[in-house]
Amino acid sequence: MADTAQKSMAVSETEVAIEITNMSKWYGDFNVLRDINFKVMKGERIVIAGPSGSGKSTLIRCINRLEEHQKGHIVVGGNELTSDLKKIDEVRREVGMVFQHFNLFPHLTIMQNLTLAPIWVRKTPKKEAEEVAMHYLERVKIPEQADKYPGQLSGGQQQRVAIARSLCMNPEIMLFDEPTSALDPEMIKEVLDVMVKLAEDGMTMLCVTHEMGFARQVANRVMFMDQGQIIEQNEPEEFFSNPQHERTKEFLSQILH
Amino acid sequence: MSKSSNSSVAYVRKTMVDKMPAPNMSKGIVGWMRTNLFSSIGNTILTLISAYVIYVALAGLFSFALGSAIFEGTGGADCRVEGSGACWPYIGDRFDFMIYGFYPESEYWRPDLTFAVGAILLFLLATPRIPGKMISGGLFLVVFPFAAYFLMAGGGFTGLEEVPTEKWGGLMLTLVVAVTGIVASFPIGVLLALGRRSEMPLVKSVCVVFIELWRGVPLITVLFMASVMLPLFLPEGTNFDKLIRALVGVTLFTAAYTAEVVRGGLQAIDKGQYEAADALGMNYFQATLLIILPQALKLVIPGIVNNSISLFKDTTLVSIVGLIDLLGAVKASTATGDWTAPSIPITGYFFAALIFWVFTFTMSRYSQYMEKRLDTGHKN
Repeated sequence: MADTAQKSMAVSETEVAIEITNMSKWYGDFNVLRDINFKVMKGERIVIAGPSGSGKSTLIRCINRLEEHQKGHIVVGGNELTSDLKKIDEVRREVGMVFQHFNLFPHLTIMQNLTLAPIWVRKTPKKEAEEVAMHYLERVKIPEQADKYPGQLSGGQQQRVAIARSLCMNPEIMLFDEPTSALDPEMIKEVLDVMVKLAEDGMTMLCVTHEMGFARQVANRVMFMDQGQIIEQNEPEEFFSNPQHERTKEFLSQILH
Repeated sequence: MSKSSNSSVAYVRKTMVDKMPAPNMSKGIVGWMRTNLFSSIGNTILTLISAYVIYVALAGLFSFALGSAIFEGTGGADCRVEGSGACWPYIGDRFDFMIYGFYPESEYWRPDLTFAVGAILLFLLATPRIPGKMISGGLFLVVFPFAAYFLMAGGGFTGLEEVPTEKWGGLMLTLVVAVTGIVASFPIGVLLALGRRSEMPLVKSVCVVFIELWRGVPLITVLFMASVMLPLFLPEGTNFDKLIRALVGVTLFTAAYTAEVVRGGLQAIDKGQYEAADALGMNYFQATLLIILPQALKLVIPGIVNNSISLFKDTTLVSIVGLIDLLGAVKASTATGDWTAPSIPITGYFFAALIFWVFTFTMSRYSQYMEKRLDTGHKN
C-alpha cells in the first residue's frame, strides 16, 4: 500500500516550493530556531517530528509568517518573506494552514467559514465560492453539515472542515501543525484519510505530527528536530529502520512501541 | 442468551424495569414550594419574612398609586387632602410640558412624527426576522439623525417654523440626548478599543490618553466644561448650540466607557482566531470586521447595555447646564402656580421614575433576548 501510494505522488525535480537558508529565530534571548537550511520541491510531503519544545511548530509557522524570523532567508513560491506586508499576504494566499485546535470561526456556519476568505480575499463571486466550498466539503465527506455551526460538529469533523477551508483558497502548499493532536483517538483516522488523499493528489505538504504511520505511508522525507535544529532527515523507511543520530534513536524508541 | 445466563456472571438484568412516575411530593405546586420555599426551617423563616416585605411594599405602592390616589381635580387644592396618595390630575395637566418642554404646542406633531419614525426604524433594525438590515441600519444611523434634527428644529430650507433647541425639553430632550449618546458613542468606542490594542505606539497612546482622560472625569464636570468653559476658549461671538455641546460631551464620555467594555471582549477572543484569519490571507480590516468584532461584540452585549442604561439615566445631569430634560421638567412643574400640594412632587418623581424604568427595563430585556439569540453556544 505504502509503495503504490509513494509511486503515484510525483515530486518535481526543478520547481522549488520553499527554500530556507541560514534561518534563525529568537524569542527574546531564547534561540528557538538555529541555522535552519532546507529546500522543499513542489509535490514533496515532509513530516517534521521531534520532542515538544524542539521548534517544529515555530518552524512551519515561520513559513507563512505567523512567526517572524530574525536572520536568514525564507522564500516561498518565489516570494521572500520580509516585513513587506504585500508579500506576506501574497504568500499567505498560496499557503494553507491547518491548526491543532482547528480555529474555525464559531460565529459562522460551515459554509460561511469556507467561503469567507475566497469571497473577501480572492474576490470570488459568492455563488462560485459556494460551489467550490461544496466540492471540498464533499471531498472531506461532510457536505450535509454545510449549514451547521462549528460547535455542533465533532472534533474530527471540525478538523476536516478546517482542511476544506484551506483548500478553498486553492493553495500551492499546505502546512499542518499537529492536526490530530487535539482529537479523540477514534477521530484521528478520518482526518488522516483526508490528508492521505490530499498527498495522493500531489499537494506539497509540510506536516508536524506524531503519527508515524502517516509518515511511513505518505511522506517522502522525515525531518527530525531537536533544540531548534534539524538534526536528521531521511526517507521514511531509512529514517525509522536506521536512525543515525543518538537523539533520533532515543526519540523513536520512546514513541514506537 | 441462555448460555450467558448459565455462565459465571454474578448478576445480569434480564428484563428492563418500566418507567415509574415521580413521587407526588416532588412535582406540581406543592413539590415546587417544598423544594424552593420551605426546604428547611431556616428557609421557611426567610420565605415568610420575604413574603411580608413584599406585601408591605406592594400594599404601600398600591395605596399610593391607586387606592388613596386622587384622579380628578383642577388644582393643587383638590390634592391637599389628609392621607391622600398620588395626585394624578397634576400629571394630566402638566403632561405636555413633561413630554415636550417649551416646544410650541401647534408643532407637537414634529417630535411625534420623529419619534414614530425612529421607533419604526428601530423596530425594523432590532427584530432579527425582518430582512434588509443594511437598509434599515443605514436609514436609522445615517439618514434619521439629520432628518430628525431638521424636522424638529425647522427653519432654513425646511419651511417649518424654527424651534431653537433651547425650547426642546422633557422626555423628548431626554430621548434626543440618550439616543444620540448611545448610537454615536458606539462606533467611537469600538475604534478607541481597537486603537488601544494597536501595535502602533502613537495610535495606542492617543487612545489610552483619550480613554483615561474622559473616564477620569465625572460626567457632570464634562457637561459643565462643555457649556461654561468651552465658550471662553472659542473666539468672541461664536455661538455653539448648548444642546450640541452637551451631546458632544455625553457622547465622548460614553465612548470612553464603551471602549473599555469592548476591549474586554477583544481580549477574550482566542489568538487562534487571529492566526486563522492571517493564514487565510485576510488583512487587518477584514479580520477585524469579519472575524474578531462579531465575536467580541457578542460577548460584551451585557456590558454595552449596562452602559446604555447608565447613560439613559445620566441624561438627567444635563439639567446642570440649563437644559430641561424629563426630570428637569417634572421638577420645574412641581412649583408652578396652582399645583402646590405635599403629594405633587412625589407624584411627579414617581411618574418620572416610571418612565425611566420602562425604557431601561425594555433595553435590559432586549439585550437578554439578543444574547440568547446570538448564542451559537460553541466556543472553540
